[in-house]
Amino acid sequence: MAEKEVSLIKGNEAIALAAIRCGCDGYFGYPITPQSEVLETLAAQKPWETTGMVVLQAESELASINMVYGGAGTGKRVMTSSSSPGISLMQEGMSYLAGAELPCVVFNCMRGGPGLGTIQPSQADYFQTCKGGGHGDYRLITLAPSSVQEMADFVDLAFELAFKYRNPAMILADGVIGQMMEKVVLPDFKPRRTEEQIIKECPWAATGRMGRKNPNVITSLELQSEVMEQNNLRIQEKYKKCEENEVRYEEYKCEDADYMIVAFGSAARIAKKTIALAREQGIKVGLLRPITLWPFPTKEIAKLAKNKKGILVLEFNAGQMIEDVRLAVECKLPVEHYGRLGGIVPDPDEVLDALKKMIK
Amino acid sequence: MTREEIIKTGDVVYRKPELLNDTPMHYCPGCPHGVVHKLVAEVIDEMGMRDKTIAVSPVGCSVFAYRYIDVDWEEAAHGRAPALASAIKRLWPDRLVFTYQGDGDLACIGTAETIHALNRSENITIIFINNAIYGMTGGQMAPTTLLGQKTVTCPYGREVALHGYPLKIADIAAILPGTCYVTRQTVDTVPAIRKAKAAIRKAFDYSMQGKGSNLVEIVSTCNSGWKLSPEKSFEWMRENMVPFYPLGDLKDTGKE
Repeated sequence: MAEKEVSLIKGNEAIALAAIRCGCDGYFGYPITPQSEVLETLAAQKPWETTGMVVLQAESELASINMVYGGAGTGKRVMTSSSSPGISLMQEGMSYLAGAELPCVVFNCMRGGPGLGTIQPSQADYFQTCKGGGHGDYRLITLAPSSVQEMADFVDLAFELAFKYRNPAMILADGVIGQMMEKVVLPDFKPRRTEEQIIKECPWAATGRMGRKNPNVITSLELQSEVMEQNNLRIQEKYKKCEENEVRYEEYKCEDADYMIVAFGSAARIAKKTIALAREQGIKVGLLRPITLWPFPTKEIAKLAKNKKGILVLEFNAGQMIEDVRLAVECKLPVEHYGRLGGIVPDPDEVLDALKKMIK
Repeated sequence: MTREEIIKTGDVVYRKPELLNDTPMHYCPGCPHGVVHKLVAEVIDEMGMRDKTIAVSPVGCSVFAYRYIDVDWEEAAHGRAPALASAIKRLWPDRLVFTYQGDGDLACIGTAETIHALNRSENITIIFINNAIYGMTGGQMAPTTLLGQKTVTCPYGREVALHGYPLKIADIAAILPGTCYVTRQTVDTVPAIRKAKAAIRKAFDYSMQGKGSNLVEIVSTCNSGWKLSPEKSFEWMRENMVPFYPLGDLKDTGKE
């Protein structure tokens, strides 16, 4: 077997190159730090000349998410990317996409907020992503990469999940993963689906009738409450299936551990270093890294927590995911938070200090 | 008498386009939306594009346009129809793609999407119904509301000091290098309806020929919002709307 080619690239570049390779039909974006390399890489690659992928710089994030809505409604594999303030602007569109049950991929390279905030890394969009940033009862399938390799791998996975459940999927990375350069093996080339394949695989899509008896209409509008309730229940049923089948997580040195850190994205990598330092000092600590933030690994955390003395939730925010961890363990053991704000990435030593403070 | 007995083949002098289905329209009696829907349906049929059309409906009175014309539709968020249409046309270049929008949707909340889609020279058509008022929400002031015109949010008449000036979107569109065809029509008389239909046909043809973006403004009425009878509404439109929004082609670079 031929050896796979290894590249040294940024996380944002990995998103762009993986998109071209996984049969993405269209990317619609707007520049914002720290994720502009996605659009820049796509523009430099000119995939419209090779795979036929459309790349368009929109006039705003409002426009780009609605371009994604337009493309997704026709059954195409379409995506956008932005960073926190831009993602806030897209929330209306996310709600519409979820309401109209359209598949798409949105990549958020998080920076510190609130407001214009900072351009440094953050994980403060957990609430916005996992608790619904837009209006109405909906969920985003959320993947949290913790390496450049996972950035490359999660684009196709996000599309697969988005189409499986006809729902938007979010790749939620902190600015560290977007800007960091690492070795990565890019996914194999997968051709874009043909028009015939799209029409066959997406019988709901507005592709033009092409001989179909009835027109297809993409909408989230329904003025009859009784029908709207049924539409909502159908979507909730879908979310339940997703919760049953799509939970992904990484477990690290939990077996013999007395304590557990729960962290996602680059916080999980810092946690691993902290675990090494702690174990040198005889403190047995393990890590549970949620890969899907929604659906959240609730059962898995509850199970692992059974023989633990305490949990430290490490996040680059003021304490958001900790709420879901506390719910998971039903307050049966101490759950503490450690985080830095404003774009500061904590170092392993200060996390170890926080851990020791919890143990006391 | 049955329907078949009433309509004998030899007697038919006028027929509803096949693409326009029999769903009762929700529009107020006297509203011009029905006429424009019919024209759009006729043009799509005459172009033989019923299987290859993807239309985008707005938020506003015509939010349910997709119920009446039997092509594939996407219903957009308020103001965003041109963004949807831009992506759809780029992803499906051989499809006929158009938006159908009112003045609140297009000239107010969606101004950015409208101007940028037009100026990117997207090969789409925007059908723009301008009735100088927000109809669906109950007759509020629109960006197109005339000076002096009374609405429920400018009950003493629109005045510059409080509300600023009415916006002429077609005039803005005409100076954009990305637009191919910009025209202002109405549907108050039979000759006007025929002209409006020809304009829609021309815009759709240009979009399929890849000549750029097209805007067909229909100066319209809102008898419910204006609190006038349908007949009086057309009179008011001719006396007040048409002098401010003059009819005719503002730009046509597709001819050559």
